[in-house]
Amino acid sequence: MSRVLSIGAVLLLIFVCGASGSQGLVRPYEGRAVGAASGRIDKLVFERLDKLGIAPANICSDAVFVRRAYLDVIGTLPSAKDVRDFLADKNAGKRKALIDRLLEREEFADYWSMKWGDLLRVKAEFPINLWPNGVQAYHHWIRSSIEENMAYDRFVREMLTSSGSNFRVPAVNFYCATQSREPAVLAQAVALTFMGERAEKWDSKRLSGMAGFFAQIGYKSTAEWKEVIVGFDPNSSAIEAVFPDGVKPRIEAETDPRRVFADWLISEGNPWFARNIVNRVWSWLLGRGIIHEPDDIRPDNPPVNEQLLKYLEKELVGHHYDLKHIFRLILNSQTYQLSSIPTTEKSEAEANFAHYGLRRIEAEVLIDALNQITGTSEKYSSAVPEPFTFIPQDYRSIALADGSITSSFLEMFGRPPRDTGLESERNNKPSAAQRLHMLNSSHIQRKIERGWKLRSLLRSNRPPKQVINELYLTILSRFPTAEEAGAVDEYFGSGGKNRQQAAVDLAWALINSAEFVYRH
Amino acid sequence: MNDEQKQRVRGRVLQGDGMCRRRLLQQGLFGAAGLVLGERMCAAARGAAAEPKGKAKSVIQIWMWGGPSHLDTFDPKPEAGNAYCGPLINPIKTNVDGIMVGELLPLLAKQADKYSIIRSMTHGINAHETASYMVQTGRKPGDGQVYPSVGAVVSLFKGYDAGYKGLIPPYVVLTTPQGRFSEAGFLGSKYKPFATGGDPAKNPFVVEGVVAEGVSEQRQKDRREFMHKLDTLGGAVKGDEELAAFGRCEQQAYDLILGDAGKVFNLSGEKDELRDQYGRTTFGQACLAARRLVERGVPYVTINYKGWDTHKQHFTAMRRNLPMLDKGMATLLEDLSGRGLLDTTIVWWGGEFGRTPKVQWEAPWNGGRGHYGKVFSTVVAGGGFKGGRVVGASDATGENVKERPVYPVDLIASMYELLGIDTNAKLPHPQGLSVRAVPSEADGVQSGGRLTEIM
Repeated sequence: MSRVLSIGAVLLLIFVCGASGSQGLVRPYEGRAVGAASGRIDKLVFERLDKLGIAPANICSDAVFVRRAYLDVIGTLPSAKDVRDFLADKNAGKRKALIDRLLEREEFADYWSMKWGDLLRVKAEFPINLWPNGVQAYHHWIRSSIEENMAYDRFVREMLTSSGSNFRVPAVNFYCATQSREPAVLAQAVALTFMGERAEKWDSKRLSGMAGFFAQIGYKSTAEWKEVIVGFDPNSSAIEAVFPDGVKPRIEAETDPRRVFADWLISEGNPWFARNIVNRVWSWLLGRGIIHEPDDIRPDNPPVNEQLLKYLEKELVGHHYDLKHIFRLILNSQTYQLSSIPTTEKSEAEANFAHYGLRRIEAEVLIDALNQITGTSEKYSSAVPEPFTFIPQDYRSIALADGSITSSFLEMFGRPPRDTGLESERNNKPSAAQRLHMLNSSHIQRKIERGWKLRSLLRSNRPPKQVINELYLTILSRFPTAEEAGAVDEYFGSGGKNRQQAAVDLAWALINSAEFVYRH
Repeated sequence: MNDEQKQRVRGRVLQGDGMCRRRLLQQGLFGAAGLVLGERMCAAARGAAAEPKGKAKSVIQIWMWGGPSHLDTFDPKPEAGNAYCGPLINPIKTNVDGIMVGELLPLLAKQADKYSIIRSMTHGINAHETASYMVQTGRKPGDGQVYPSVGAVVSLFKGYDAGYKGLIPPYVVLTTPQGRFSEAGFLGSKYKPFATGGDPAKNPFVVEGVVAEGVSEQRQKDRREFMHKLDTLGGAVKGDEELAAFGRCEQQAYDLILGDAGKVFNLSGEKDELRDQYGRTTFGQACLAARRLVERGVPYVTINYKGWDTHKQHFTAMRRNLPMLDKGMATLLEDLSGRGLLDTTIVWWGGEFGRTPKVQWEAPWNGGRGHYGKVFSTVVAGGGFKGGRVVGASDATGENVKERPVYPVDLIASMYELLGIDTNAKLPHPQGLSVRAVPSEADGVQSGGRLTEIM
């Protein structure tokens, strides 16, 4: 039966593509029409779209893909050389090869430590007060775990069950990085982070049952400034512990209830554990969850594609909780590689992944990209503790460990305060203040005019055409179209502008385009 | 109230009634509970429209980041001797009988009839961040929420949601954000202040984004048009809500860059004598810029004035900094008053705490003052606050509250009342929690009551 259906879907796809044909491709953003669904992800997504009567977008061009993959996988803009090399590569499997290379880059660990830093509230100061040493230890542990691709079940188990000094056993910082150490607050943090549920919406009995697992945690300070020993304190008073599914465990007197909880959560049949993380990974790469918001899982917020979610869960468990496997599955799918140009105005199109959703790039990624393009850097420092901490000049913003170390640019572009661990804390919405800053601030103007990389490019004796190509490759990760090249020629030739100033204006215009500021 | 005003008020009431009836009809669909609630909401709205309580329209907050010494400014204690006063032992009379201020504030002494000094502010917190949070939100940290500061709340109730139409954002900070302090709290980045950057004492005052150095108006226009020509993605993706918002933001940005609104930051239009009187310092000219902003209706301006965390070389710092404060703030009060703006503008001076009354002569401080949250001074003027008064008192050495403790929430609630902000109003909370604009004692907040004696 299912084979018949999928053949039907394929036929329909061929029909749809035949209708639009290669004539319908939008240059320079689209490369080819969608092919037959080969992988499971595409089958499930296209079947669903078929039912809704929505045609998927075309497949994005190589230029769009290389930029998208760099931004999504390592939070980093490709250099002009990266783009040239990729475009020149004639190998049919070059997209897959690029994905594999990116997953091994050190920026992968930087970027995803940033993401986990948001969710785990890695921040020295108010209201989390992890303090600098705790932050460094915790961030280092998170980053190493990602770098060595620690299995996700172990990653979570270490956070939930470790005991010891927060400087020496960094995973215990999970229990320090909340606004209070009340058992119910800790339970809410666990539910949000690892179950994707907002426990403040639960009835109070369910929450207090879960809080029971986190009621016997002891915190002991030491002679070291802000060091704290975290662990099971059998002498503290217990609260009756009940799993969120209503089952009451038997917990022996000397057993750490956190372990009992971790055993329950991290098991193959648990309805939350794998579901939460695969849904999040999907939403991080596609811009929205199969359950949306990804950290608001509840019975009355069903997934748009239950089978797709189930499939990803099964893949994660079957591959020993290897998150990179899920990354590969998604990144290699046609669904991920669709262009961002919708085929329909139907509102379900984006929610069902008929095209790649436009999203503004994150604050840290944006400032890093601007620095990379221009050859400039930011100054970050912290006044806590004295003497001040100064971050080295060439340090990238995605690699900042501490949410308290920030800048007005990062704040303006919606970097999360890391107070609650909610995904929605990060605000990628555009604002007038952001546009003012990009269009007209001395901060950005100085980067464009005085950054050594752009300056050496603009001052070189290369023919104008080469300079223009290089600017396009550096900023938009593609060559200009014939139309754009014409508009640039005209601007360069008009009104007695000197070439230098006109080139600065071109760089400025590209940096301020939606194409640069958005993932597309 | 003249006829025209009366009519306007009446018009508002009528309009409000119409809206309420509609809302009631809608809510009728959801049953009786909705109806009762709706009625109560409408009654509140009518009340607000019929008798606007507060006459204050704007706030200028002079934020003394670091915590200024109360003994050396507005609560001198000459009898306590050198151990407490150091060399600043000769406070001076003001133009109000019986009120004395520190000897380094001679110009403010001449304006004392315009402001009231609260000498019994207290919260007992001695850490910068927690105290800043307490003073500017009225709440103690630690219940799992980060509450918005006064500036964010005022920009919520007096800003765009309340009919403010200015292009200048409703909450402006001169010149840099406080840092280590989330101004907007759970209200989110929409209510964060616009930080001008730049230095108002320089010419031009380069306001980040609004005034660019060395880009002519013609070039601004040319390159904008050029940018539009190159917008290939925008042409390919049509009808996208996200890109439409991006475009609207661009329009707003250019209204500020090319339009008249941005000229508020052009201080060179002011008379030289006046600029000199404010002091040609960053703080002095920030005071002038603040006046220009409230003159154009901006509801909340913070002057983030750093440099008051004087653990060491305290008295050298006082001799350097207090004269700048004196010039800028005294001229601001005089200028606001001269233009009739003081009646509608609250000026709020203060930091997160005071400083240890007893001078720390020992090493490593060698004449410094530490953090002190047990008692400290705050000054308020205008917007309905009376001048020439002193509220409360500290003891003989300025170490304890002697009478009439004033907690941060008392001052905040008083300002909201003067601004016509309902202190029981609910703040929009992202997770739907019910949070009032001002916490009550039921929320575990200490209070000494609103400042009715000076309102």
